Formats: sequence, structure tokens, C-alpha cells
Amino acid sequence: MGAQIEMGTAITVNGRARPLGAGVDGSTNALDWLRNQGLTGAKEGCAEGECGACSVLVARPDGEGTRWTAVNSCLIPAAALDGVEVITAEGLGTPEDLHPVQREMAFRGGSQCGYCTPGFVCSMAAEYYRPERRACDPGPERGPNGFDVHAMAGNLCRCTGYRPIQDAAFALGDVPDDDPLAVRLSRPAPAPRATVLDGEAAFVRPAHLSEALAALAGTEGAVAVAGSTDWGVQANLGHRRAPLLVAIDQLPELRGFEATPERVEIGAALTLSEIERTLAGSVPLLEEVFVQFASRLIRNSATLGGNLGTGSPIGDAAPALLALNASLVLSSVRGDREVPMADYFTGYRQSVREPDELIRSVRIPLPLLPRSSFVKVAKRRFDDISSVAVAIAADLGEGVVREIRIGLGGVAATPLRAVATEHALRGKPWEVGTVGAAASVLAGEGTPMDDHRASARYRAAMLEQSLLRFYATTNEAVSS
Amino acid sequence: MSSESNALADRPRSSVVGIEVPHESAALHVTGAALYTDDLVGRAPGVLHAWPVQVDHAHARITSISVDAALTVPGVVRVLTQADVPGINDAGVKEDEPLFPGEVCYVGHAVAWVLGESLEAARLGAAAVEVAVGPLPAIVTIEEAVAAASFQGTPRTISRGDVETGLATARHRFSGEIRIGGQEHFYLETQAALAEVDEAGQVFVQSSTQHPSETQEIVAHVLGVRSHDVTVQCLRMGGGFGGKEAQPHGLAAVAALGAVLTGRPVRLRLTRSQDMTMTGKRHPFHATWEVGFDDDARIVALRATLTADGGWSLDLSEPVLARALCHVDNAYWIPNIELHGRIVKTNKTSQTAFRGFGGPQGMAVLEDILGRVAPALGVPADELRRRNLYGDGQSTPYGQPVRHAERLTQIWDRALQTSTFEQRSAEVEAFNSAHPHRKRGIAITPVKFGISFNLTAFNQAGALVLVYKDGSVLINHGGTEMGQGLHTKMLQVAATALGLPLGLVRLAPTRTDKVPNTSATAASSGTDLNGGAVQDACRQIVDRLREVAAPLLGVAPPEVVLADGRVRAADGSAELSWYEVVAEAYMERVSLSAAGYYRTEGLHWDAVRMQGSPFKYFAYGAAVTEVEVDGFTGAYRTLRTDIVHDVGDSLSPLIDRGQVEGGFVQGAGWLTLEELRWDTSDGPARGRLATQAASTYKLPSFGEMPETFRVEFLERAHESGVIYGSKAVGEPPLMLAFSVREAIRQACAAFGPAGHCVDLSLPSTPEATFWALSEARTARAPDPPTSGSSGALDGIRATPVPAER
Repeated sequence: MGAQIEMGTAITVNGRARPLGAGVDGSTNALDWLRNQGLTGAKEGCAEGECGACSVLVARPDGEGTRWTAVNSCLIPAAALDGVEVITAEGLGTPEDLHPVQREMAFRGGSQCGYCTPGFVCSMAAEYYRPERRACDPGPERGPNGFDVHAMAGNLCRCTGYRPIQDAAFALGDVPDDDPLAVRLSRPAPAPRATVLDGEAAFVRPAHLSEALAALAGTEGAVAVAGSTDWGVQANLGHRRAPLLVAIDQLPELRGFEATPERVEIGAALTLSEIERTLAGSVPLLEEVFVQFASRLIRNSATLGGNLGTGSPIGDAAPALLALNASLVLSSVRGDREVPMADYFTGYRQSVREPDELIRSVRIPLPLLPRSSFVKVAKRRFDDISSVAVAIAADLGEGVVREIRIGLGGVAATPLRAVATEHALRGKPWEVGTVGAAASVLAGEGTPMDDHRASARYRAAMLEQSLLRFYATTNEAVSS
Repeated sequence: MSSESNALADRPRSSVVGIEVPHESAALHVTGAALYTDDLVGRAPGVLHAWPVQVDHAHARITSISVDAALTVPGVVRVLTQADVPGINDAGVKEDEPLFPGEVCYVGHAVAWVLGESLEAARLGAAAVEVAVGPLPAIVTIEEAVAAASFQGTPRTISRGDVETGLATARHRFSGEIRIGGQEHFYLETQAALAEVDEAGQVFVQSSTQHPSETQEIVAHVLGVRSHDVTVQCLRMGGGFGGKEAQPHGLAAVAALGAVLTGRPVRLRLTRSQDMTMTGKRHPFHATWEVGFDDDARIVALRATLTADGGWSLDLSEPVLARALCHVDNAYWIPNIELHGRIVKTNKTSQTAFRGFGGPQGMAVLEDILGRVAPALGVPADELRRRNLYGDGQSTPYGQPVRHAERLTQIWDRALQTSTFEQRSAEVEAFNSAHPHRKRGIAITPVKFGISFNLTAFNQAGALVLVYKDGSVLINHGGTEMGQGLHTKMLQVAATALGLPLGLVRLAPTRTDKVPNTSATAASSGTDLNGGAVQDACRQIVDRLREVAAPLLGVAPPEVVLADGRVRAADGSAELSWYEVVAEAYMERVSLSAAGYYRTEGLHWDAVRMQGSPFKYFAYGAAVTEVEVDGFTGAYRTLRTDIVHDVGDSLSPLIDRGQVEGGFVQGAGWLTLEELRWDTSDGPARGRLATQAASTYKLPSFGEMPETFRVEFLERAHESGVIYGSKAVGEPPLMLAFSVREAIRQACAAFGPAGHCVDLSLPSTPEATFWALSEARTARAPDPPTSGSSGALDGIRATPVPAER
């Protein structure tokens, strides 16, 4: 039905509106679309959101204004950018008129082969324009200009060893007031469009939750996508195709945030970056998770709903939410229901969520237990997938374990609570003997496997060590 | 000859080499304007897309290939199979790499290629090709191959002195073994080719290749045509690291074959998983060794057998093995030595060149031995290494004098000084006594790396320099640009040789119809060889311009000086502009272009006896690294690295520093992070690469960079006989990363009692590190080292034995 296609379906790239065009459907990713437009600056390095060579900037809402947000274009359906403003490396500057980020990268040796460079430039530009960036005392991961190195944790370079890229980032000055991209920030981001693309791989962006639920219920095999950081990988590497993609990332009902004395409720379609900014450290366990959760590029798109919706056994959010005793609100045409996290997962990538249900929000009961810890064991410090993730929340009272909740990832077909370990500790004195014994119990929880990330033996050892480490941190004065 | 080599190495007073300039394409890189092979697709109307038919068996006979179903897939235009090859069905130069194989030799082996109007059509077409196979037994590990006597290529031996007596009389003897992992290149740009045929049947292939001439030869022999029928161009590569030295040829040939058969442009670009499952990697090695030391902890004798895992075909495995054997000594004098090398044939990708080309694997053997046994000798590891460094007048096991050996100790002492090694060792010790759960380690390791292709014939290069009537200059040379800054250096060399500012010289992309019969841009030799050729061409032109200018300036030709864009009499009595002299030369019918040529003098190598002087010189360096290891997980952070490296007189300091730092981090990745895991089970996935994506194969990211990273070049390091006194820099710094692994070993040791020998697997991942430190924690002091009980998954099973007398 051609009449249904909104006339003027287009993406504004580098200031110029470009029609999505013929032949574009729900299976066309934004990177391929850009490259077909002749904008070959963004590159494919891995097609799974690990390398950042495809990074571009999109204008995202930020309060009343806009935030330039770097995302992996390889993971996002082109149709999801309908109406969105996109800036690529070509749009930041030209060889004759370099953007400040480009100038620093070029003159400090930040590019060698140059293939990853346009992506780095976009990630760096997003951090350059980050409104909270201020001159500060430099640290190992923060420059004197307030530049957070984590902004580039999702960009891989095989040539430079990163030092000149970091120097370039740390050399950036303040943003001039008349910088056109900075000027853009004070105006609202483009409003979501009710995009509809027909065809074998259709795409729809409903305006409201009820429409989204109806669309999901109405098409066998329809897939809901928010940040598309998991679906994009399945489409690119697993060549999965869906008859209908339903974009839910802009649904107002899924983007709420509410904090009351009883609980924090987080909309399932808020990106992890948005949650980080909104919580601002008020849930310390999640704060610890986020900095280690994939990379900034992924966190700018990924949502809690997506992370839990895929049901991955190693998603880093799930162990933390288990330890926080969180629950999920599931919505369908039949209404809403609340499911405790501990009851949510039923098997490998399976949960109690029905195919036509959406995760609407995540509820974290308050008050939080006073102490918490998150241990992620992986090969790489940033931008890696856990071999084991352990989240602990505890009330250690006056040297006695009043309450403790331990969430585990990567050691079974689902994330799980370490029930036996919790039992071994609850009501016991918090001292080396009981902790050591409980750590042995923890080592036996789950059914860890040997795989390419780690051996089963190492995973079990890491469970044990995670409790010992938590114990050591609670005795900070004597150890580190 | 000596004046010749001085002219090569001496810099004019005013020279553009040695100046810090950014990469010549930096402004294009940062704006996304730089084009790579696959960026050209949109400029090729009617282009077809190629997708491989990969078979998921480690080893199987192909009984039939049915393409009928594929041809019914909408958009599929053609399926390429063995029957389509008009020439030689081989992707290599050794005739053991069939382009369309009759036998599946590894999981993911491509047996046919589908051409489609879109990539999606080609992919769906490939899925519809039916390949019937009869499975055959597969060999996956080096151990299985040795047990089955599955060898390929010629075994080699290097020997000197009397190892038997040396070992028998040594005061301390140890023996053990080590497993050394491979490494995926993970150039950010995967393999790519775009082929078209022009109106006269000339085939033009744009290829992401380090070796355009060999790509050209193989495309020609597959098509059954001559080299002059095929032109290969490489604009630039998005990284190579050796992975595009031999691997691009077959892929370019498939694209060219498709273009010839369909008359349409054909684009072939591998996805990341295709690239990782189909193309060769750094060779995994296994080594067994026996070593003897005297009372002063000096090495008396070493015997070792190195076994390289070549994968399913030879590719470059023989020269890789040769370089490995030539680098076991690294920077150390070993009077009695016997090194055996052999290559096994396994059902895996055909392993290939990777930065260092076997050298790193060779060095890993001895660096591991030294780090492992130092506590048993009762000598600190840094002292043990220092004591065994080469000295004046000593020669390598293959008989090449170690020229400038004094630079090794100079560099070593300088690195200790700039890193304040002694003071920081004490600080590390203090930190370790105060922290039960975190330990630091600090280590220094040296590098000596031979520069030149082992095979003497490859050490030649050509260039073409064109001066136009308006005075602008265009240079071509046979080397390729993969990010290493070769083109930047060549522009600097040409500007220096012509006495011009950099802006007057432009460089054209590498093409086989400009400079023929080139060697691969490899072995760190790109600048040495092509720089020599560019300079030679420029000097021919300068000599002619001197003849033109001399009468105008009223001096003899040798008294004419070209500098800063001016042509002057040496005594300053008269001067002309470059433009005037160029215009005059044209009017006088003096040629303004020249083909330059260079060959490295003084090399000789007996590849059978493994004796000679295969290297023009050695590149030297040393690195000090400090790490902190978390006792709960084995995770480590690199706190600081100080490097002192010998690049001769640097041609381009920004470029050279980039090579040193980038090589170091890539080496650290190989040694401590990057892990190739093949399925070695007897299940249906046997032989499958389990780490075939960026999500499972982890290369260093920002977090792995040393938090403080200092690089210094050795001063007064002029290298005579090399272009403008410089030294090659591409590969040697990779091996500075041994300092990271040795620092991790030191940190692990700090969890245990003094004197504990640390058995640390390669790669030394957090898991491997955790097992090593756990073993240290439970070790009793004093600890006579026991045989490999660490539980480490792969790696060293060092079994030091106490001295027998």
C-alpha cells in the first residue's frame, strides 16, 4: 500500500535530506544505506558493534534540547533513522577545512591505515560536544579537558596502539559558541516519525504502546527492536530476517522514569546511557555495571528491555537486577503484569515473556541494601563479554549478614540467584571463616561450561574469588 | 662502493627527511575521504557481488557440487567452479593451494563462488549450492600432526659448536616445552578485490594487497594469460600486518575470473567471519628445549626443536620457519646451539606472514626460558638477560657478525635509566609487601631483529619519478601503503633527493603497470628498498639537471646544488629557480623522468645449510614494562612502558613512533590477550575456529594501552648503507612486548615465595595469569620447580631439572 508510506521518508545526513529510497526495507542497515549513498567514510569492520568503524553521530533528545550521540550504524535499521539527523565523518569537516577533532587526530598521528579513523572521529566528536565535559584534574581515563576515554572504548584500532588517539582527545579545547553542531544542541531533536515501510521485510514505528502491541500480535514472526544492538548482530552475522520490525525505542510508555521512596522504575526503552545520566550514581551497583557494559557506542543504543528481552545468560544487567531484587512489568494487549526477576528466566534465551509481550519497565525496590559489588571477569577490561559476572548486594549490619543477594551470569543457561550461597551467609557473622566456607559453596553454584572465553574450572574459581574479593573490599583498610 | 653507499645514507644539509610530518593521507583519513578498495563499488556500474560456498568439514573429499538450485535464486548470475578456470587452478606460487579445491582441507574452505546482482542474492545463492562430501580423518593440533607424521616443506637445522658437550658440562641444566599461540591479523579492512575488464580484454584488479606483483602473477596464471594482460592497483590498505602478503591473490583471481566470464565488474569483499575462517594467521608453534648455564648464569648451550603449524598448505611457512630459527637467539650470545625446525600440515587455515614473520615465535622460546629459570639460577631476570647480551665480535648461530652489538648494551642501560628501573623495582617490592591481593611486576626485555628478506633475491625494488614541465613531481614506487607511513617517507625521500619542498611532490597509487616485478611490502623492508629506488631515480634526474644548470650558473656540474627548490652554484655566486631549470631542461630535450632501481648489497644466504649473512643490519630495542595483577581474577593492567628503540636516523619521527607504539601493543595482544581456539573435540565441529568474530576474538582496546607510554629513539644511530641513515621499523617493536608478559610473570611470582619459578601459559590471559599466580600462592619455599601441573590450558610445560652435579 504505497499510500501508507509517508511521503518524504528521509534521513537528514550532514544537513541534507536524503530519501530512504527504493529497495530499502527493514533488513537494510544504516551503514549499508549510507555507503550506498556514496558516503563511504563509515566502514564495516565487524558488523556486530564491536569495532566502531561504522560509528556516526545522531541527534538524540536530551531534555528540551539535543545531544550528539555516537552509535554503531551497522546495527541500526536504516528505517529507524527516518526523520533523524545524522552526521558522518564527511559532515564534520573536509580535508581543506578540518573539524577540531579531525585536526587533532590528523596532526598527532592518530591515523595510520585510516580505516577505523572516521569511526573514532565520530565517537570523539560526541564526547567533544558532551555538555557535561569540563576541564578537570586528569586521571588515567580522563583528560585535563574532561574527555572521558570510555567514549572510545567501542572503537578498535589495530595500528596505533591508541596513545596518539588519546593525546588527540585530551588536546581538544572547549567548543566555540558559534560551532554549528554546538548551536544545534539547544534546539529539540527531531520528533519520532510514524514510519511505515511495506514489503517482505516490513518496518513500522508505532506512535503508542497499544499500536506496537497490536502490530506484534498481528504478524507472526514480528520482532520488536529498540536499540537493535542484538537484532542487528543476528541480522548481520546470522542473516536472520523478520517479516516485520516494530520499532519501540521511542514509545513514550516505555521511556518513563520514576523515583519514589518505595522504588525506582526505569522505562525499558531508555538507553543505558540515558539511565546512567538519570540515575547519576543513585544505584551504585548499576553504576558499576554500566561502565563495564559493552561500550559507550552500544550503551547509547542498548536498553534494559532489550538486554532482558533477549534472555542472554551472560547479559551484565541481569545479575545486577537479580541482586537488586528487581521486577519487570510486562505489557500485552491483555494488560500489564509484574514478574520478579528471579522468576523471569526459564531456559537458554527463554523467559516467561510471551511473544506478544513487551517489557515495559524495570522496578527496583528501595531502600537498596547498603553494600554492593559487581565483578565482571573478561579478557579485556572494556568492551568485552563476561565469562562470569557476579553482582552482590548486602546488608552486613554490625558484622552479621542481615541480608545478601547474589546474582550470577555466565555460569548456567540463565542468569540466576546464588541461593545456596545466600543461605550459607544469611544471619552468619561476616568474617573470614564463614565467607571462605560460603565462597566454596558459591564455587559450586550453576553449571559453568568450557568455551572460547574461559574454562569451566576458571569460571567456578571466579565465583569463589568474587565473594572473597567482596569480603576484602568490606575490609578496605587492611587490604586492596 | 663506499661512496655509493654514502650517497645513499648521507643527508644533505637541507633535507625533508627527519622532519615530523603527519601521514600523507591523514586529512583524508579523518574526513572519511580516503578510499579503500571496497569504497569503489559505488563507482562501478553493473557490479556483481561474490559470495563463497564454504564447507563445514575439516577434511573431506568433494564428490559433487550441484549449482542448479543456486541458479534459480533471483539475482544469481553465475556460479564459479573449478570447471571455469582457463589457466592454472591455484591461488599460490607452490601449486599446493587449489583455488577451487577437489578436497575440503579445513572448516570454511571455499569450494565455489556465487556472483549475484546484490550481496544478498549471492549469499542466498551460495546457501543453495549443494556440495556432497565424503568425510576424511582430520588433523587439528600440532601434536596430532607429529604423531601422524603429517609434515610439509623441508625441515631445517641451524647449528654451531658442540651442544652435546655444552649441555653435559653445564653447571645448571633445564628442559621443557612451550606452546606459542597464533594470531589473527584483524586488519580493520577485510580482504577485498574489485575486478573489471576493459574494451581490449585487459584485466584491471583493484586489490587490498601488500604484494601487487604476485597478485598480478596469480590472476594471470588463473586466467591463463600473461602478466601484461593484468594490471593490479592498490590504493591503500586498511591494515595488512602480513595478512595481505599472500592471502589476497586467490580472492583477486576469483573476482577477475568472474569479470572475464560475465563481462561485468566483480566485487569480492570478505565478511569478518569469512576472513577469519578462510585466511591464514600467525603460525602457532610448539617447541621443546634443553638449555645449560655456567656458574655465572651465562648460556653455555641450547638445543631446541621448533614445530610450526603451517595449516593446510605451505604458503609462506618455510620462510617463516627460517626466520623463527634465525631469531631464537634474540639478543643473546649462545656459543653452542642446535636448532631444528619443521612444519606440520594440519586441517586449518594456511598460516602465513604476520609482523615479525616467525621471529617473534623464535624469540618467545628463549625469552620464556630466561624468565622461567631465572629464580632457579638465583639471578634476577633482568640481570640474567643483561649478562647474556651479545658483545663485540660475536656472531649469530647462522654465522652473521652482530654489527653494532654495543648498541644493545647502550639501549639496555638507557632503558634502565629512563625508566628508573632500580628505584621502581624497589617501589614494586614495597607495594607488593603492602598489598596481599594485588601485585606488581616490572621487567625489561631486548630485541634484535634482522632486516632484509631472508631470500636474497627479494631484496630489490623499482621506482618511477616524473617531473612535469611546470616543475611538479609525481612519484611511483613498488611499495604499498597499509598505514605504516611508507608513502609519507617516500615523499620525504623524493623531496630530499630533489632538493624540493614536500608540497611539490605527489605520489600516485601503487600499480603494476608503473613499476613491475616488485617484492612484497614486507619484512620491514619497504622503506629501505623503495627509498633506495626513489632516491636513485631522483639522483638520475638531479644529475641531468646539474648538466643543464651548470653553464647557466657558470660552474661545473658537480658544483651545482639543488636545495629548497633552488638550483645554486655551490659558492653562492649564482642561482636559478627549480622551475627555470626544469623548463630549460625540457627545451634542451633532456629527459625529466627516470626509473630508479635498488638492490641491497652485501647479502648472502645458504638456505640449505642455514648459514650466511642474510640481513643488511639488525634493528635493536629494549622495553621496560610495569604491570599490576589482580589476585582475585588474574586481570592485569599495564601501568607504564618505557621503550628505547633504534630506528637509525629517523626519516619521519611521527611515523616511526607510531610504528613502535602500534607494534608494541599488537605484540602485547598476541602475548597476553588474543587467543585462537579451534575445536579439537571429536564432535561434528572438529576443526572449527571457535573465535571467528570480534565478539569472541579480543584484540587490545583502549584499556590495554600502557597508562604511561614513553618512547625514545636511540641517539646518534646513523646506519650507513641504508636510505638516509635510517633503519627499518615495521616489525621489530612488536617483540618489545615480551616485557609485558615477563612483568606479568614477575607479578605472579610475587604472590608466592622467593625463588618460585613461574610457569605462565601463552597467551597470558587473565585466566592463564590466575592459574600461574594461584600456583605461586600454594608453592612452598624454597621451591624446587616441578613439572607442569599448573592446570593451564595451553602453553608452557617447562620442566626445569636441578643441576646434576
